Amino acid sequence: MAGASSLAAWLTTAEPQSRTQARLGHAWQSFRRLARNPTAIAGLAIVALLIFVAIFAPLLATHSPIASGDLRTERLLPPGPVFWLGTDDQARDIYSRLLYGSRLTLAVVILVSVIATPIGLAIGTISGYFGGWIDRVLMRITDIFLAFPRLVLALAFVAALGPGIENAIIAIAITAWPPYARLARAETLTIRNSDFIHAVRLQGGSSLRILVKHIVPLCLSSVTVRVTLDMAGIILTAAGLGFLGLGAQPPTPEWGTMIAQGRRFLMDQWWVAAVPGIAIFVVSLGFNLLGDGLRDALDPKAAR
Amino acid sequence: MIADVPLLRRGRAALGLAQGVGSFLLTLGITLFGLVVVTFVIGRVVPIDPVLAVVGDRASGAVYERARTEMGLDRPLVEQFGLYLKKAVTGDFGRSVLTTNPVIDDIRSYFPATIELATLGTLIGTLIGVPLGVFAAVRSGSLLDQIVRIVGLVGYSVPIFWLGLMALLLFYAKLDWVAGPGRLDIAYDYMVTPVTGLLLVDSLLQGQVDVFWNAVSHIILPAALLGYFSLAYISRMTRALLLNELQQEYVVTARIKGLSEARVIWRHALRNAAVPLLTVVVLSYATLLEGSVLTETVFAWPGIGSYITNSLQNADLNAVLGGTLVVGAAFVTLNLISDLLYRLLDPRTR
Repeated sequence: MAGASSLAAWLTTAEPQSRTQARLGHAWQSFRRLARNPTAIAGLAIVALLIFVAIFAPLLATHSPIASGDLRTERLLPPGPVFWLGTDDQARDIYSRLLYGSRLTLAVVILVSVIATPIGLAIGTISGYFGGWIDRVLMRITDIFLAFPRLVLALAFVAALGPGIENAIIAIAITAWPPYARLARAETLTIRNSDFIHAVRLQGGSSLRILVKHIVPLCLSSVTVRVTLDMAGIILTAAGLGFLGLGAQPPTPEWGTMIAQGRRFLMDQWWVAAVPGIAIFVVSLGFNLLGDGLRDALDPKAAR
Repeated sequence: MIADVPLLRRGRAALGLAQGVGSFLLTLGITLFGLVVVTFVIGRVVPIDPVLAVVGDRASGAVYERARTEMGLDRPLVEQFGLYLKKAVTGDFGRSVLTTNPVIDDIRSYFPATIELATLGTLIGTLIGVPLGVFAAVRSGSLLDQIVRIVGLVGYSVPIFWLGLMALLLFYAKLDWVAGPGRLDIAYDYMVTPVTGLLLVDSLLQGQVDVFWNAVSHIILPAALLGYFSLAYISRMTRALLLNELQQEYVVTARIKGLSEARVIWRHALRNAAVPLLTVVVLSYATLLEGSVLTETVFAWPGIGSYITNSLQNADLNAVLGGTLVVGAAFVTLNLISDLLYRLLDPRTR
């Protein structure tokens, strides 16, 4: 108990002894603000559960997600003691497929953010820092992409690249970066004339160094919030592409693809299509709640 | 001198208007050009050989070469793009392999169904979403506000195609309240000659009341679904906009003057929020036009979204790119119109 309280004191001290302590203290304050918000904690719990399930899917699953069961007796069974969420038309356990599907959902979210965030950050900070014609050209391109319909464009990209989860990820990433670029540019504009930036430049810091070491870190928190808020949209788009047969291909247990397969049995074995949809809904809801909470905690200006 | 001031102001306003329209047209032109570039690039990176698709894989080398020359594929890329751009501007997207019609004719017959659906969806979303948003803002923090927040949150989180399937299961299969997929029962097919292409309008114009009611029972479910997603967005934005207005000083003044609360809210605050709200509605309409791709697939609705996905599944690239270009152009135009409206209607932005 004494250890915990002294840790809290160390984190909240008004005079941090090191940069690490200051950073940790700041993070702690943000987390405290987040923790006061029950819906944000619910969102965090859902996302944590998703990560947990994705990591431990092989341990939690009761059956193989890919291999068929006995096609004569185990097809399209309703939820029961052996198959907790029933079976699909290939006699596969829906519960196990759902667990493995969480890995794909997580992979999509992570990969799209990893591809789209750096593109947005680079274009936004360069545009804001250098200004002039570079700014005008880059922002014009960003506006063009921003005005594009995202789903239809992703469809067209997948049409060209061929269906598959990798291409779906690329297609979504290509349409996801413009808002991050806009945001990063706006943040850069507010800090590019600060004294500390001038100081770095006087010390001989190159533009690249200023951008990477000093501007990008300051843009990260607002961009992170925006990315988190977008994650539900990313999941829904990926599932939509899977549903249209353009994302992950069968027998991959991707949730959207599972709904498309269950659609044929909707009238009599409705759970085959219903269950993966509930999973998509819960996970998107989790990211939305977490994103809202993060926005309120990290960016008090944007709240309300 | 003083007499000149209104004239001067009017002149400046006209100048601002001209500038607004000018920059709108410029942005529209550049964005549409960008759209053409993107579809051109997509058409070139595709692994399908367009020549082989036309001549078949048993054609001799000479036939292949001739077809290649005819399609302009032996020329430099820049020239090919020029040709593509010229064709795109005149609405020539080539022929669909699947339907064998020119793509533009297909689009002409499919697009009205999408417009009908998206319009009805936006109407439902606006008529319910705006009042909901207003009440949520006025009673901020109340139970109603919480409900509106949850309704919005669910709308942002639920996969539309899944909700559509569940709605079909419940309202069509189990309860039998509405008609199933498609635009009409087969018995009513071809009874209405398309004039506007909007079935609800055409059937009424031609006095075919049965057809009208059948069409209504088909459209109501997909339209309600799209309406829900539009409502989620519109009610959230209305709430935010109105909350902002209610904090302004003129609202305090109006209240001190003794105006009724209803008058303060509906006549004063909402009126000032009307301009951004209009842009929100236009944006939501554009999103529905695009987002109908998934809904149309679920409800077998013969609109542009179904057309694109059908063509996709049959590797009919002309149709996909033509459809993408048309939906994209409609989306881009509406998007920019909402921007322009904001500038034209809100004097503060001049």
